[in-house]
Amino acid sequence: MTFAAGDDVVVSSRAHSGHHRTPGYLKGRKGTVLRVHERFRNPETRAYGGDGLPKERLYLVGFALSGGDQVLADIFEHWLEKAA
Amino acid sequence: MVGEPRRSSISVVTRAVHDRGGRPADAPIDRSEHDLADWEILMDSLENALEGRGVMNTDEMRRGIESMAPSDYESASYYERWLFTTETILEEKGILAPGELDARLAS
Repeated sequence: MTFAAGDDVVVSSRAHSGHHRTPGYLKGRKGTVLRVHERFRNPETRAYGGDGLPKERLYLVGFALSGGDQVLADIFEHWLEKAA
Repeated sequence: MVGEPRRSSISVVTRAVHDRGGRPADAPIDRSEHDLADWEILMDSLENALEGRGVMNTDEMRRGIESMAPSDYESASYYERWLFTTETILEEKGILAPGELDARLAS
């Protein structure tokens, strides 16, 4: 796996026209990996009749809000970049 | 707002109609419960049966909904979107002929 719990990451804001599960409001945002999930079939190919293989690593990422709350989101590895 | 936006890139992200998290709303979200119509329960059953038989999968179903014209998406109810995507995906796979449902409903 590329990232470990505690790693700071940025959600990619690259253009993508097809089906994907990465919320637009998190693209370009910096967060912290909270948990390394298993690998799952890729919805981006499965959405077009593919088998979704190879499986892609999923991470639970926390995004800090003012006031101490955070947004939690599951993000696939290929949508994450190492934070500068 | 969440985290620190990267000034150079956040503004260029194009968001499809379904990708609405974090957008301002015109009115408070209606969170009241409502009864399901019979056809909505049947729609749920049909969709799950098709997935259970491996005819279509959840990601295809979502992709079909995301292909709706924005005005159709906005005016459709939850299960009307399910109906739209089921018909779309089954036509795509050649299981339904284009217009087949409409023709059979009219006859």
